[in-house]
Amino acid sequence: MSKIPATLFDKVWDSHAVRKIEDGPDVLFIDRHFIHEVTSPVAFLGLENRGLSVMFPEKTFATADHNTPTINQHLPVQDPLSANQLKALESNTAKYGISHWGLGNPRNGIVHVVGPENGITLPGMTIVCGDSHTSTHGAFGAIAFGIGTSEVEMVLSSQCIMQQKPKKMRITVTGSTGKGITPKDVTLYIISQLTAAGATGYFVEYAGEVFEKMSMEGRMTVCNMSIEMGARGGIIAPDETTFAYIKGREKAPQGAAWDNALAYWKTLKTEEGATFDKEYTFNAADIEPMITYGTNPGMGMGITQRIPVAQEAGGSAASYEKSLQYMGFQEQEPMLGKKVDYVFIGSCTNGRIEDFRAFASVVKGRKKAEGVTAWIVPGSHIVEQQIREEGILDILTAAGFELRQPGCSACLAMNDDKVPAGKYAVSTSNRNFEGRQGPGSRTMLASPLVAAAAAVTGVVTDPRELI
Amino acid sequence: MAYDKFTVLKSTAVPMPIENVDTDQIIPARFLKATERKGFGDNLFRDWRYNADGSPKNDFVLNNPIYSGKILVGGKNFGSGSSREHAAWAIYDYGFRCVVSSFFADIFKNNALNIGILPVQVSPEFLHKIFTAIEADPKAELVVDLPAQTITISATGESESFDINSYKKHNMTNGYDDIDYLQAMKEDIKSFAAKSMY
Repeated sequence: MSKIPATLFDKVWDSHAVRKIEDGPDVLFIDRHFIHEVTSPVAFLGLENRGLSVMFPEKTFATADHNTPTINQHLPVQDPLSANQLKALESNTAKYGISHWGLGNPRNGIVHVVGPENGITLPGMTIVCGDSHTSTHGAFGAIAFGIGTSEVEMVLSSQCIMQQKPKKMRITVTGSTGKGITPKDVTLYIISQLTAAGATGYFVEYAGEVFEKMSMEGRMTVCNMSIEMGARGGIIAPDETTFAYIKGREKAPQGAAWDNALAYWKTLKTEEGATFDKEYTFNAADIEPMITYGTNPGMGMGITQRIPVAQEAGGSAASYEKSLQYMGFQEQEPMLGKKVDYVFIGSCTNGRIEDFRAFASVVKGRKKAEGVTAWIVPGSHIVEQQIREEGILDILTAAGFELRQPGCSACLAMNDDKVPAGKYAVSTSNRNFEGRQGPGSRTMLASPLVAAAAAVTGVVTDPRELI
Repeated sequence: MAYDKFTVLKSTAVPMPIENVDTDQIIPARFLKATERKGFGDNLFRDWRYNADGSPKNDFVLNNPIYSGKILVGGKNFGSGSSREHAAWAIYDYGFRCVVSSFFADIFKNNALNIGILPVQVSPEFLHKIFTAIEADPKAELVVDLPAQTITISATGESESFDINSYKKHNMTNGYDDIDYLQAMKEDIKSFAAKSMY
């Protein structure tokens, strides 16, 4: 009997299926469970109410990120509700013997940044977290996706999750990207082509030259944004770039275990002739620096273009108009030259060292524009340390910027970093939903280069003119 | 969490014909600071429902007394964005037991099913018929029959069937959840874990 060629996704998924229920979900074994302060307390409460325990505490890792302040982290957290959630995470993890990198811990940072940088995220794993951007970890050839709190309780109590196997999509980007084009532009371009719901029901494998040449940081940015087109997750086959990134990280396998792991990881690729439920191919040469003009991540365009009219944008005209009205923009307007009040560099999408290097490359020798408030927030303490060691902090300081402390910050504005109502922010985060960065705030998503260009000019600017 | 059994729901419905309703609108992030699962209904659609000073926005459907019921009818791609289960809790806590749309985001759909809200996916044509029926008569009733997997507009008798896998259907109609199921297969999970490379 000849074997049917398998996709990377099938290989990882099927090897983790403890049971397949007929006309139901699969029971999927989870290798790594990340938890944070916002979506875990009710799950722990659920365990207690049922009298259950944590089945494999050593497979769960906790960090505090969503609610944490980005200044004065050595002081007690001011907001009593945030402090309460942080305390709950601390006591729950202590009670069940789960490792916890709380505020002040040198390993603390955003969950999707600290997992990879400490070697916790590895190829071929199944990884879940009560956060939709868990898709980030797919950059390593892992099946990683966000879950709800009931599912967090499920994984804590049984290390398994019940999931219908998604359909498979492959997105290939051929050729090479031009000057000033970052992984963020690649992903915003794909989402603008597919819409915010274009990959719902699918798990996406990214393939082609552009991803093969991309750094791990870039691959994480792309996989992170998979959820913004509705995909359950994104995955990229591990290769030498992946292995080089992992090797030597604190929790990565060492010695003989490394050799064994590596031999397995090398088998993790889609076989020739394997089929997908849907395929798309794009040409990298068509990608410009991107910016969003609306209230979902699918409403993006090349920075030199004009805002599309409703008919071109697809979907219902009423919803489209509501979105533009919220933003204070009109059809056919250019985005170049639009005033910017806030700039945010950070988040699990673009809070890694590569992003700060890109930002600094534009800022170097220039000054922060007057009237712009910039929040520069590393994804972790390790990133913060790199920023200092590489001289990036000096460039930022000379330009009039301040570096803040790690956390999710203005990406979802659960802490004090909120963009005021009516103000415009260019943000390297992942969501431009209404009020995402504070009630009434208006967000334009973009790459660190576009954000840097806005930070030094005060308006939406094509970064290619500054590099 | 155990929840009430869901079999046949006959109710008026609240129409919200907006596409891409994301979970940040259903419950904004600043309301996710609780450590217990209660009271979220008060902040359901907070920024669409209330002005900054706390007064209700008259043009928002939840503030319009002619609409009420246990069924929320939304536009395409309902529940996109964040994985926050709080969005489903807020909908449930407010009093909805069923959300109808032509398309749901995956995580929202799972979250809803896990806490006892039935997401009913209908064709764009049938969704349009529902909105038209409610527009014609805000007291128009919908009948959601989970055992038969049908949704019917009472006034016109028009009906459409919807999909749900038999495992989830069994859970919903009996008020069981996945944790009950997983607890019963712990030995299998242990032996699986023993062979796991990680």
